[in-house]
Amino acid sequence: MPSNPPLSATHFVAPIDETPLLGVDTVSIAARKSNLYLDAWRDVRGRPLFYISGAIILLILVVALMPKLFTRIDPTYCNLDLSNGGPSAAHLLGSTFQGCDVYARIIFGAGTSLAVGFIVTALVTLVGVVVGAIAGFYGRWADAVLSRVGDIFFSIPYILAAVVIMSLFSSARNVWTISLAIGAFAWPSTARILRGQILSVKNADYVTSATALGVSPSKILLKHVLPNSIAPVIVITTIGLAAAIVAESTLSFLGVGLGSGTISWGNEISNAQGQLRTNPSSLIYPSIALSVTVLAFIMMGEVVRDALDPKARARR
Amino acid sequence: MTEIIEPTTTRWSESGTRPLLEIKDLHVGFATQNGLVSAVSGVNFTIMPGETVAIVGESGSGKSTTAHAIIDLLPGSGKVTGGQILFDGLDLTATSDRDFEDIRGTLIGFVPQDPMSNLNPVLNIGFQVQETLVANGKAQRGRDAKAKAIKVLQQAGLGDAAHRLRQYPHQFSGGMRQRVLIGIGLSSTPKLLIADEPTSALDVTVQRTILDHLAKLTRESGTAVLFITHDLGLAAERAEKLIVMYKGKVVESGPSVELLRNPQHPYTRRLVAAAPSLASRRIQSSKVVPDRAYAAPSGVEDVDLIAAADARIDRLPASVGAVPSIVVENLTKVFHINTGKLRREPFTAVDSVSFAIAKGTTTALVGESGSGKSTVARLILKLENVTSGSVSVDGEDLERLGSRELFALRRRMQPVFQDPFGSLDPLYNIASTIAEPLVTHRVGNRKEQHARVLELLDQVALPVALMDRYPNELSGGQRQRVAIARALALKPDIVILDEAVSALDVLVQAQILALLNELQSELNLTYLFITHDLAVVRLVADNVCVMQKGKIVEAGSTDSVFDNPRDEYTKELLAAIPGAGIQLTV
Repeated sequence: MPSNPPLSATHFVAPIDETPLLGVDTVSIAARKSNLYLDAWRDVRGRPLFYISGAIILLILVVALMPKLFTRIDPTYCNLDLSNGGPSAAHLLGSTFQGCDVYARIIFGAGTSLAVGFIVTALVTLVGVVVGAIAGFYGRWADAVLSRVGDIFFSIPYILAAVVIMSLFSSARNVWTISLAIGAFAWPSTARILRGQILSVKNADYVTSATALGVSPSKILLKHVLPNSIAPVIVITTIGLAAAIVAESTLSFLGVGLGSGTISWGNEISNAQGQLRTNPSSLIYPSIALSVTVLAFIMMGEVVRDALDPKARARR
Repeated sequence: MTEIIEPTTTRWSESGTRPLLEIKDLHVGFATQNGLVSAVSGVNFTIMPGETVAIVGESGSGKSTTAHAIIDLLPGSGKVTGGQILFDGLDLTATSDRDFEDIRGTLIGFVPQDPMSNLNPVLNIGFQVQETLVANGKAQRGRDAKAKAIKVLQQAGLGDAAHRLRQYPHQFSGGMRQRVLIGIGLSSTPKLLIADEPTSALDVTVQRTILDHLAKLTRESGTAVLFITHDLGLAAERAEKLIVMYKGKVVESGPSVELLRNPQHPYTRRLVAAAPSLASRRIQSSKVVPDRAYAAPSGVEDVDLIAAADARIDRLPASVGAVPSIVVENLTKVFHINTGKLRREPFTAVDSVSFAIAKGTTTALVGESGSGKSTVARLILKLENVTSGSVSVDGEDLERLGSRELFALRRRMQPVFQDPFGSLDPLYNIASTIAEPLVTHRVGNRKEQHARVLELLDQVALPVALMDRYPNELSGGQRQRVAIARALALKPDIVILDEAVSALDVLVQAQILALLNELQSELNLTYLFITHDLAVVRLVADNVCVMQKGKIVEAGSTDSVFDNPRDEYTKELLAAIPGAGIQLTV
């Protein structure tokens, strides 16, 4: 036998005041309320990128809505005397090949680009959410049919499809038709994301509880399922808006976008490509306007994505 | 391994009682946004060679963190901030990562908690076992490793081991995977095996066989075992020594039986009083020996399960049992399962089940996973359509009800579900969650609804200030209270509790069980209590139906089923309640 008993045989009791006993499961009410959207809003407000991109977006919105605040020059007034003219006091960013003011055309082009962006986004979100919600929530044959239709649209490259559609609309190329052409092939990704999200949310116990309560399926979808699965759609909508603006420029650049009578950044870039060597500023400034706008929306999308993903928030 | 321990061998060897593991004033912290948060503060204990020790505690007590610190598996943000971990005289906190690789696996084995996620699904079992053997230098790559891997699986109690080697984890059940992990953990005959809640994810009968097997293996090889568990009964049954942890500290430790018979620290007393496995065991033994060895702990917050259960029996009115509330007859549910071969095969989830629940009583439906118990609940709640048979509530056959009558019936029958994190809509604040039934059924005006919400919050003992808060601000137990309040909003007669307390810590579980008992007598509720935990059944139910593979194998009053189980499966389930081997009364 050892002289002192092994430590493991003793009955040790910690002094009680060392670990004071707390109540079981006591309610501690935090200083502020918290749910997904409240937390996201709080998170967003703490990020510089939110203010930077927000300010740019706000500025572009004001420009688009009230272009006359920013320039007194008529963008359609072109003076061939000034063809490819450099910057001057009257024409800050110089003139185009046709002798129009580059600055004025950028300012007036903002409206077109943003309009296309917003119309496409509204269209895509509307169709995508309706299709995705029905397919995900009701399932069965509705899901089978809608998902296959979505797959068909998804499998066609949208630029190609838009080119074809825009050539059909050759007589009526305006903001609405180009938005339709872009939107018609962009909704399936929104629908897919929402469908996947709904599939996981609709099995939650709170949905079953609501069913057991007698809440009708359509009300369950609107009141419980959609609010809890819409977050990823919000994220892709913000980024999709930027993509739509790019798509409009691409189509206009390819000559199948808006008619030449419409001022848009895509048309400006397209018209300026011949003067790349002689008058690069007529190409570069609209391109910068386009890039800054797209960048602002993409940055905003990223801020929103980070804010709406609690895991990403925890990692930062 | 001898070369590692040499430097300090002399210190203890004379007495022959040198501890295998000695933890001295261990501190572990986690780096968070708010700075270093301490998870373990000043833990001391020792494990002798060949000894089995269990750390018991609730979630957040630091028990797993302590185990992970020993084997240097703390997550990235965790760090040992002070103290020593002496393993065979070697301080593990001062060991380089390189040297640790020689210790981990070879000298200290580890069995993780979740058998489902701890085997790589794209590699076959044989590869994973052989990899461990080769990495620990226990086998040469190739034929030798394969032969030894077969041996490991055989030892772990898996039949047809040679064939099993080529299989993938998805072809194994949870119990089989845990056997593989135990086999891997023990493959190099370590001196110490750390098992972190090794059977928490498994059914009780599987848990029992696995732990029996583990005990046999470690006894044969003389391996010391450090168990991490939340179940006091299980810990006491499997370990010689218990360490009770609370808020990162050891509050009490000592020989298992001594600790259970004579808990000193108020927290330990609280745990002993709230552990269902022990309480059900005590009810059983109290019938033989009239005076109990345990005094109910004092304190307003504490819940003594036995006292609660006794009080419940006293309250039951004499009229109980007269009027049936739910009658289930020959209930059958067949699902059609896609086999992936363009065919759908029928699967009978519920097979001709019949039982009746009298008004104001509790019937427990007990079974392991896959027994069909939850499907029965869904059928009674009319969330699924029955294949054949009938469910009638207060004499009305559910199948014959029109949609309006069904809507009316839903007012009288409400469910509470298991997952406290899924049972409340995260975007609804507490008041709107509780008011949803009232709004749906158009009960009262806004003012009356508000008043009812206040009343319900009071009934489930939650402060009014929570009204405009959201579920993610609440703990699991508090969410479950909200779910109960919602279920009671329409003053139902019947509440269906589908594993309503299974996901909660023991103390919280005891609190909710006491609350349910109180509400039952206050509101004359009828409960259908669905659970896998027989120990809880003993405390809350008047009648028990034991389900296995879709059928009811035994039904009767709780006392008769517990005292004289007739069916083999029931006997097996009862024997598997942890703590069976403990002599509780002195």
